[in-house]
Amino acid sequence: MAGHSHFSPANVEEHFEFNSEGKKRIIYAFIAGVVALVIGIYLLSKGEAGGHEVAAAGHDAVKAGHEAAAEHVSGGAVSHQAGAEEHYDWTNRIWANVWLNAVFFTGIAVVGMFFVSLQYLTKSGWSSVMKRVPEAFPKFLYISLPILILVFFFKGDVIFHWMHHGVTEVGNENYDKIIAGKSGYLNKNFFLIRLVVFGGLWILLWKMLRKKSLEEDLNGGTEYFNQLVKIGTAFIVIFGASSSIFAWDWVMSIDTHWFSTMFGWYMFASWHVTTYAVIVLAILYLKDKGLMGYVNENHLHDLGKFMFAFSIFWTYVWFEQFLLIYYANLPEETIYFLERWEGHNKIYKTSEILMVILNFLLPFLVLMTRDAKRTRIFLKIAAFLIIAGHYMDFYQMIMPGVVGKHGGYGLVEFGMVTVFASAFIYIISGELTKASLVAKNHPFLPEALHHDI
Amino acid sequence: MSSTTNYILGVYDDEDEVLHAVGKVKAKGIKVEDVYSPFPIHGLDVAVGHERTRLPIAAFMFGTLGMICAFSLISYTMVFDWPMIIGGKDFFALPNWIPIAFEGTVLFTAFGLVSTFCISNDLWPGNKTLPLDIRTTDDKFVMAINVDKNKVSAADIKKALKESGAIEVNVK
Repeated sequence: MAGHSHFSPANVEEHFEFNSEGKKRIIYAFIAGVVALVIGIYLLSKGEAGGHEVAAAGHDAVKAGHEAAAEHVSGGAVSHQAGAEEHYDWTNRIWANVWLNAVFFTGIAVVGMFFVSLQYLTKSGWSSVMKRVPEAFPKFLYISLPILILVFFFKGDVIFHWMHHGVTEVGNENYDKIIAGKSGYLNKNFFLIRLVVFGGLWILLWKMLRKKSLEEDLNGGTEYFNQLVKIGTAFIVIFGASSSIFAWDWVMSIDTHWFSTMFGWYMFASWHVTTYAVIVLAILYLKDKGLMGYVNENHLHDLGKFMFAFSIFWTYVWFEQFLLIYYANLPEETIYFLERWEGHNKIYKTSEILMVILNFLLPFLVLMTRDAKRTRIFLKIAAFLIIAGHYMDFYQMIMPGVVGKHGGYGLVEFGMVTVFASAFIYIISGELTKASLVAKNHPFLPEALHHDI
Repeated sequence: MSSTTNYILGVYDDEDEVLHAVGKVKAKGIKVEDVYSPFPIHGLDVAVGHERTRLPIAAFMFGTLGMICAFSLISYTMVFDWPMIIGGKDFFALPNWIPIAFEGTVLFTAFGLVSTFCISNDLWPGNKTLPLDIRTTDDKFVMAINVDKNKVSAADIKKALKESGAIEVNVK
């Protein structure tokens, strides 16, 4: 409301303290994740060799018959996928989980940068009170991008069908004409070049933006803002291309035969809305600590609107991709959904349905009213639903192609996501302490402090 | 607006002044009916104490109605009245109908909301509503107080308006 706040930007500087108690809690969570992971891996190694699978073995004949029928219905496209099943090893599920979480958390980290850049590009005022929170997220790229590179380098053939031995070699028994045709783009060197160049550009631009942003705190003046607008614009241009390219590279190329022209923005939509949920949770956590008092329900309302809107946007993109494939009914395209709907003994069907409920129906209903978007508890509920739902979305994108019928939600999945999430929280908390929680010399700060909607 | 109501109008020539005047007048126990302004003033609706609009509820209801109507129409025509096989799908091909249900939702919400808004604001065709003071369409701000709804005497209201910075006080 106009004229009611006597907040002078000069005295708003405040710091988040990542104290030993907080560190301890996150380290405990990390250890719990590691323990779950180790037990999960142990069970997995036993499960493949020991008694667990024996009971299932009796069903194998039925299973095989069923799958053969499914393959028959959907045309010959599956037979290559069946070829991938042959060199399955129980450790594959671990690498699939590492890849899944690395992709998921890379997205959250980089969309933090995207959000800040977008605010500079559009010269938005309201977000300047909370921009330090998403600004800290890209720090996790230092962890997640090397993980992606290492997993790709050493275990790429586990994740990607196109990296299997001999698929592009004429005369080899694994030779695959379709994949050979794509090998100009999908080859190990070019993949690594794309990953290193664009990943490097992300980090470089974030370093530049962060440096200028912190200098602005010390010196003030609008020239910093103008430089930040330029950095943000450059990042948006690069991210526009690289987010699509990485969607094809990291996720879509797992199902190498299949492609969708909507995949780039489908995956971006998923990353995007997850990041809003993480931003909301981070801000609400800081507010619960008694910090960020100047972030009021008006700012939360705007963030809630973003979560609401981009949940619907994700649904639109996801459904649009499904509808086009459903309508056209081409076997080489429908195989993707057939695999998730009734393939692999239907183990992916539940999360395919649950995901749409978590990502669309519940956020849509929970965040619909104005009051809900201004009430912390509803925002928290919606944010947790969205994060869980989009983890499941990435699970659905990656797992069926990598582990097929050996997938499932077990201790490995639970442990791996706990490990990654606690590492993410640890890194981001550390980065948050390095700057004042409010960019006190941001030229739009007074506007943001009087934000009223 | 009708001649049977008694209004006392305080005329102001500055938007900040009228915004602060609302608080001053209300502090004396006077109920402010409305404030008229040539342009929106930030925070004025909160100051006057208007309830929030219930248009979003109407929007939800129109949307739901539109979805049901579109869904019923496509179900009736494509399943019962004249079943057709399109693209080898079932007669009841749910995914194909979601875009239609969506369009129906948007259409009903848009038309429904515009109509509701116009009706609830006396803006139907042919209706002539005269402003309390014609100058509120130009450069003046008017605070309207309904005498009949106030326990405070007319003389006190006039005094309070003058004290709050009104450049003139009229009775209508």
